Amino acid sequence: MADKIHQIIETFKQMCLVDKIDQLFVMLKQLVLACVPEALHPLVSGMLSVVLVLSVFPGVFAIITVIERKGLGRIQNRYGPNRVGIPFTKIRLCGFGQFIPDGIKSLTKEDIVPYAADKIVHYLAPVVMLIPVLLSYAVLPFGKNMTVADFDAGLLFFFAVGGAVELSVFMAGWSSHNKYSLLGASRAIAQMISYEIPLILSAVTVVMVVGSLKLVDIVAHQNVYSYGIAHWFVFTPWGLVGCILFFIASLAESNRCPFDLPEAESELIAGYFTEYSGFKFALFFLAEYLGMFAIIGLGVTLFLGGWTSPVSFLTWIPSYLWFMGKVIAIVFVFIWIRGTLPRLRMDQLMNLAWKFMLPLALINVVVAGIWHFMGQLGHEQLRWLVCAVIIFGSYVVLGRGLMRHQKLGKRTYRFAE
Amino acid sequence: MLGEQMIKGMAVTAKNFFGSYVSKERLTTVQYPEERLVPKENTRQFPFLVYDTDDAEKGLRCVACQICEKECPPQCIYIVKSKDKKADYKGQMQFYPAVFDIDISVCMSCQICVEVCPFESIKMNTDFELSNDNRFGGLLISKQQLAKPNAHYRQIHPHEAAESDAVIAGEKAKAEAKAKAAAEAAEAAKAKAAAAPAPVAAPVGAPAAAPAAPVAVVAPTAPAPTTPPATN
Repeated sequence: MADKIHQIIETFKQMCLVDKIDQLFVMLKQLVLACVPEALHPLVSGMLSVVLVLSVFPGVFAIITVIERKGLGRIQNRYGPNRVGIPFTKIRLCGFGQFIPDGIKSLTKEDIVPYAADKIVHYLAPVVMLIPVLLSYAVLPFGKNMTVADFDAGLLFFFAVGGAVELSVFMAGWSSHNKYSLLGASRAIAQMISYEIPLILSAVTVVMVVGSLKLVDIVAHQNVYSYGIAHWFVFTPWGLVGCILFFIASLAESNRCPFDLPEAESELIAGYFTEYSGFKFALFFLAEYLGMFAIIGLGVTLFLGGWTSPVSFLTWIPSYLWFMGKVIAIVFVFIWIRGTLPRLRMDQLMNLAWKFMLPLALINVVVAGIWHFMGQLGHEQLRWLVCAVIIFGSYVVLGRGLMRHQKLGKRTYRFAE
Repeated sequence: MLGEQMIKGMAVTAKNFFGSYVSKERLTTVQYPEERLVPKENTRQFPFLVYDTDDAEKGLRCVACQICEKECPPQCIYIVKSKDKKADYKGQMQFYPAVFDIDISVCMSCQICVEVCPFESIKMNTDFELSNDNRFGGLLISKQQLAKPNAHYRQIHPHEAAESDAVIAGEKAKAEAKAKAAAEAAEAAKAKAAAAPAPVAAPVGAPAAAPAAPVAVVAPTAPAPTTPPATN
């Protein structure tokens, strides 16, 4: 055991300073692992990674809730929360202590279960929501050598686990025995299933080009620099379209504005979690934000180079900081969109998914194939032109189709006789 | 093209976001306990009692006529009239309110008490931070708390206070003129009495004045019975 620890410390000493900071957490984990018997390695390794994920991301969630409220406030020319700082002092920290009283409030609130609710399903729904969301963090590469479970089919695992969120949403909506909950849940199901298709199809292009479902491989494929600029997939025509489609679909998957029909406050009170209060509501809230971070993390991994730096002279910044920075930057864009766009109507939502995003995603799959084979045939410059023309043309045509004025007839009502 | 308007909208919100950090005019929020707006001149919250000079007890304009108590729609005023008369700051003997309470949890700030007061003694205050942790007694404001100097009134409602001061000054001038006239008349009568102490002259003068007096009295009061229905 002692030589093992010695060996790890020796390798750590041999690294340059940049690598030392970058691999700090990996080395610490190996150090802990060296102290436990061989048989317990998988368990301890998993526990350590899970503890890190479970402490970092809910912490980010807490800060992001405050940032979201402050950002929306600023967009609407208000201050947003700016009072609560460190408790029992007069230090206000611009209101960034707000999440502490918010958390205490939701933990100490009465947990109300409706009389007519299906008690067991009602109880299970928030748990069923949170667990798959947390599981999906397992495959994300947070930094160099920092993946909880590096599956060969990591991407598949992510989407498979993400599918369970729909189940929990409907469990919550159905068991509450409330019309708003049920309406919200059925809207959520319709929306999530519709947007899962463009989401997956836009991810498929990356899989086609990389030839692997392993997220670590996908990042490694983008960790190449020419002229000092990284080969991120977003810098290719198909990658840009894929990234935008993935972005829109992930907005819809995480039920964010302008796709917040499932929890439309003005129509459905709170949608599928109308009947939840106290800690169960907090769990839904947490699961929603963690799901958003997870799907943004996947998008960053697929198109924005994961933990790699965009330019070669910035590679000295630790990889985990790059990953978190990118995720938080995209979250800011989510907040910005929430402060800007109004909610879509149900038919607009469906039109966008099926008449615009799905055809464009399919065309994008073809374009990714053209890109790949033209690259193999040696048409390095020509493929840019061909792919860009196909994508731009189809964008214009599909966009025209979507924006065409619909002629709606007079609405007729049939009442029960 | 699809998405053009979306980008325009995003630009607008981005401008608002960054603008709110740059220009203070965008942020209309007044962060209340630290920042305060100067109250508008017509602000009114709850009534207070005006007193002249420095002595709140002696200088109180209120003479416990109880008109405000009778007129108050939600009946939040409670007055106990004094049994005795005390000299006010002018030296006149007046009744005074032994108790004058206003229950501001009942008061609806209608200002009717101010309108009906003939002595310019009850006015509206602008103080609004009246929350209290005593549920029952805390919102019952007593005479000592209600009494505020005229300087306070001038400060919170300068225009109204000027009008009120003018009314009081006018009344004072009228009273002085009346007193002067009465003194002159008394003097003239005295002089007359001294000049002609004949007993015959008095009965002749009295009937002559008697028919004239009722006419003079009726003339100004004649429209009085017709006006109240008109105002109703």
